[in-house]
Amino acid sequence: MTETMNAADDALLLGGVRFTNRLLTGTGKFASRDLIAPMLAASGSELITVALRRVDPKAGEQDILRYIPPSVRVLPNTSGARTAEEAVRIARLARAAGCGDFIKIEVITDNKYLLPDNAETLRATEILAKEGFIVLPYMFPDLTVSRQLHDAGAAAVMPLGSPIGSNRGLEMKAMIRRMIESSRLPVIVDAGIGKPSQAAEAMEIGADAVLVNTAIATSADPVMAGKAFGLAVQAGRLARLAQLAGEKEYAEASSPLTGFLRG
Amino acid sequence: MSMSFLNTIIALETFDFDAALHAVTAADVERTLSRDEQLDRRDLLCLLSPAAQPYLEAMARKARQLTLQHFGRVIGLYAPLYISDHCANACTYCGFHAGVDFPRTKLTLAEIEQEAAAIAATGIRHILVLTGEAPAQTPLSYLADTVRLLRAHFSSIALEIFPLDEAEYRILREAGADSLTVYQEVYDRAIYQEVHPAGRKADYDWRLNTPERGARAGFRALNIGPLFGLGEPRREAWLAALHARWLEVEFPDVEISLSLPRMTKAAGAIAPRHLVSDIDFVQFMLAWRLFMPRLGITISTREAAVFRDRLLHLGATRFSCGSKTGVGGYAVRSQEQAPVQFAVTDDRSVEDVAAMLRRNGCQPIFKDWELV
Repeated sequence: MTETMNAADDALLLGGVRFTNRLLTGTGKFASRDLIAPMLAASGSELITVALRRVDPKAGEQDILRYIPPSVRVLPNTSGARTAEEAVRIARLARAAGCGDFIKIEVITDNKYLLPDNAETLRATEILAKEGFIVLPYMFPDLTVSRQLHDAGAAAVMPLGSPIGSNRGLEMKAMIRRMIESSRLPVIVDAGIGKPSQAAEAMEIGADAVLVNTAIATSADPVMAGKAFGLAVQAGRLARLAQLAGEKEYAEASSPLTGFLRG
Repeated sequence: MSMSFLNTIIALETFDFDAALHAVTAADVERTLSRDEQLDRRDLLCLLSPAAQPYLEAMARKARQLTLQHFGRVIGLYAPLYISDHCANACTYCGFHAGVDFPRTKLTLAEIEQEAAAIAATGIRHILVLTGEAPAQTPLSYLADTVRLLRAHFSSIALEIFPLDEAEYRILREAGADSLTVYQEVYDRAIYQEVHPAGRKADYDWRLNTPERGARAGFRALNIGPLFGLGEPRREAWLAALHARWLEVEFPDVEISLSLPRMTKAAGAIAPRHLVSDIDFVQFMLAWRLFMPRLGITISTREAAVFRDRLLHLGATRFSCGSKTGVGGYAVRSQEQAPVQFAVTDDRSVEDVAAMLRRNGCQPIFKDWELV
């Protein structure tokens, strides 16, 4: 976690851009694209990911990008890429399509579990960071790769909490904790967050932000779900900043080990 | 290179499928439904059995949940484009087989351009190109030219053409095709020989290994399936899903989809030997979804509109729409003039299908790929 020293101005900086909200959202899986704008308003999310494969300038008013209010920043992703080269080409297309410099790298060679290929992701990050992209790589939580992504110029690291769409929460918690302890980049937990309580938990253990799509988009009421996740992320963040006392397994006598010193 | 799926087919020929199917009890089905891990081939057999039919509602609830979780409230749309009905094969069940006497048509590139423009004008961005098996009339160069031309109109180009070798598929990949559809038609080897008495298609092994060659050539998506009506349907449904699972394991970076085409009677062709009822159809689809949560399931316009609309919530991920199944049917010739491969029973326009999806709480997805 990148520690803040000023709780009154608790902004998240990604590639020099300030975000005051720490919930990232997505555009996939909604029953209707018309739900995206009200979901964004209810959740407060300021950064939303869009698969370039679904962007279609030829569709005019129907294009997915038209459904995102101008106040919200677009985070195009490279869904569908199976190699670093494909991810790089998709990123360039996204920039050319007017999506800006942010890019979320997804290189997936495992269609069954949708787990990221860290080696290809690292290669794509190196290339795109040099081209001036603000690179947010979706990755399997691995400390070594996390350091390498930092050195390659990533703007944050995005470890998965559990497989995409699984709603299983922080199955990778132990490794994500280690990443949070040691990362010099913001740690954004991406994928697998199924409930607001899991999003809050990620923030409580020190994640800088979380990305939630499936759980919001496939709920019966995505607008209300967006609000619930927005509040959970805020609650988790405030809890982290307040440095809540940890849980105890049993009642503690005041000084069982050192009390004798005071006779 | 690991062994082909053909080995699985051969190994399973000594397995008494019928006996196993009829030995399934309600308790077996319940146990399978309560499993919270990857289902195996025994589980799949349970779900395909007559004993599972009383559990369709429970299967449907699970299938719906899995589809929602993995694909969301969306359906991908595509349209077929028939470019030639020349065919040297003798498939006894097909209205385009060599023995059927009708004037054959092959579109020129200019005509393909007209057809493509007409389809693209409906908003469709994913196209499926179909031909018969007649390499003399539709050689590789013609197919590659077709693909290159279609790139200007579509963002995904799938092929449903005669089986090629890996090097030939690479040429079409490089031209811009990204997906490959090839139906085994029937997994039962004896019936396969019977209904494909002559032509290149008589070679079962060559056809069965086609998806593997396609995956090696770099196609990012494969769509396979049996043609229901030829072999014993439950066994065919079982083997097709095992084929899909085998491909999923062998080629983890490839999207695998299954279709459930039901034979319809075509002019000059034999009638189906096995009828697949709507109940069976739904049972197969649900069993497949539970067996493979990430599986794409494609539903064509062979199925009636009212039936297709119900399948939205049961595991389907892709619909064809606005389909013309005769060569030149979109713009070049009137549909009445074009002999069709099969009769379309859902003849709604793209716009009508999209509106139906929206009414049913589903987002129609026109574009879901980018050629890079």
